[in-house]
Amino acid sequence: MSKRKISLKEIFFGTVKYGFLIFLLLVFVMPLLTVFFTAFKTGSEYTTTSVLQLPNSFLNFDNFKEVFQKGNMVNGFKNTVIVLVFSLLGSILTGSMAAYIFSRFKSKFSKFVNGMFLVAVMIPGIATQVATFQIVSGLGLFNTRLAPILLYCGTDIMTIYIFLQFLENISVSLDESAIIDGANYFQIFYKIIIPLLSPAIVTVLITKGVGVYNDFYTPFLYTPNADLLTLSTTLFKFQGPYGAHWEVISAGIIVIMIPTLIVFLTLQKRIYSGLVSGSVKE
Amino acid sequence: MTTNTETVAVDSKNIKKKFGFSSLPYKKQKIIISIVFLIIPVVLLTVFTYIPAFAMFGYSFTDWDGIAKTKNFIGLKNYQTMFSDIKYWQPLFVSVYYLIATFVQIALAVIVAYLVSFGCKASGIFKGVYFFPSLINSVAISFVFIFFFRPGSTLDTVLNMFGLSGLTKLWLQDTGTNNICLAFVSVWRYIGYNIVMFSAAMASISSDILEASRVDGANKFQQLRHIILPGISTILGLQLFLSITGALSAFETPYIMTGGGNGTMTFIIQTVQFAFQNHRVGLASAMAMVLLLLCIIVTSIQNYVMNKKAR
Repeated sequence: MSKRKISLKEIFFGTVKYGFLIFLLLVFVMPLLTVFFTAFKTGSEYTTTSVLQLPNSFLNFDNFKEVFQKGNMVNGFKNTVIVLVFSLLGSILTGSMAAYIFSRFKSKFSKFVNGMFLVAVMIPGIATQVATFQIVSGLGLFNTRLAPILLYCGTDIMTIYIFLQFLENISVSLDESAIIDGANYFQIFYKIIIPLLSPAIVTVLITKGVGVYNDFYTPFLYTPNADLLTLSTTLFKFQGPYGAHWEVISAGIIVIMIPTLIVFLTLQKRIYSGLVSGSVKE
Repeated sequence: MTTNTETVAVDSKNIKKKFGFSSLPYKKQKIIISIVFLIIPVVLLTVFTYIPAFAMFGYSFTDWDGIAKTKNFIGLKNYQTMFSDIKYWQPLFVSVYYLIATFVQIALAVIVAYLVSFGCKASGIFKGVYFFPSLINSVAISFVFIFFFRPGSTLDTVLNMFGLSGLTKLWLQDTGTNNICLAFVSVWRYIGYNIVMFSAAMASISSDILEASRVDGANKFQQLRHIILPGISTILGLQLFLSITGALSAFETPYIMTGGGNGTMTFIIQTVQFAFQNHRVGLASAMAMVLLLLCIIVTSIQNYVMNKKAR
């Protein structure tokens, strides 16, 4: 430890700094904490106690039972997982293929397509939903899981740029030596590029996965059928029947947040670096 | 016998080589693989991004209701309707709340990133807690804050604790506070993302430069102003522009929390309501075109500014 004497000024600034950071911490934790408490309260307990008061017992799982039994949360999980798996597979495949062409074959054609993606960044997906909806229903995809899956695969430019960035760090001499060994371009892609892209794939899995898991408007607009509701739209439906039962809604909120929290706690570092690598390069 | 089968095997291998993909010259391979690998992304991009954008442009000149087989060309009438009545523009004023919130958010994020990046204990915990909201499901966040702002709920209880019970009101219904509350939710949700971005950019600023400036007598504020801000300017600009388009197209949180009622209607909520509830797809398309144009202008300015900086 340094022998430097800590001045009063430093103590003052230190106090202000940590005071401010801790105040912010409370601003972030409080709204979630009260929901967490409420999720374990009984109906009468919720109406009679302050929201800041701890529940009588953290072992009261009645609200969670309600969420799963009557709130159709299992169905929501099922649909979210299906959409998630296929849209992740799809966007990793299309994203890596497109990025491979953009980075390795700089022909006029590939440059033109790359430009198409660059221009598309400017079109905010939500602004064109009015017309996208007509196309989706025109293709007969309204109220099918294929609609969100295709939309998630098709509108994703972020993924391509994450792959492009990683590809630029994979030396072209690797491709060249494989060519000397007689490999064709497909083999180079599957046997050399894809394995080397695995960190990028993890990054895409996380960022894209979080985006799909959290999205509300796509399932809201395209799969309103009760059997096809995702977690987002299932929870959204809680507003009606449970309008006055905040203890049940709270349990629903917590249930949806648990997978996110687990992913965050286990992959924190990867999430940070993934976000940064996805945004710096535009 | 054995030699026979062997030759057959070799033959089939040769045939494969002759007619297979590998036998093609690399130039032809290049063309084929370019087409095969790009066809699906291009089709998806065209069908779900470009065609809708152009179709919307077309719809905006019609009186289409979204259901009927026929649509009548009515020229610029939708745009006239829009420009003639202030009520269609109200949502743009609502966007101002989100825009101001965006600037506050970015400024605050820079300060917080600075505080947690340099000589901060437990910085990982602070960053983690601030960041986590940006990963939460949008319906969950909206519900958390409907609950937070409910009468007698979290916010009111905290105010009561500090003897400020006079301040309590129907936060989400009161036209004086509801947009501020909604903008606050958006700051709460996304600021952690900015903090992580900025602190990553700050981490790449050499500590030697900071140390040298300290030796030269620069104070913390001067360091922030003259070394750190220029050091993160690229990502700062990028985040700022992204937040502006984000503010213009605010939809999910306000839609779920207030449904656009009591003067909280944003441009997208209005568009969605006209298209899917009032069945006025023509008019909704004209509105969406205006928003699209605004976003394109912002992004073009962004590209121009960023390119100029890069040079």
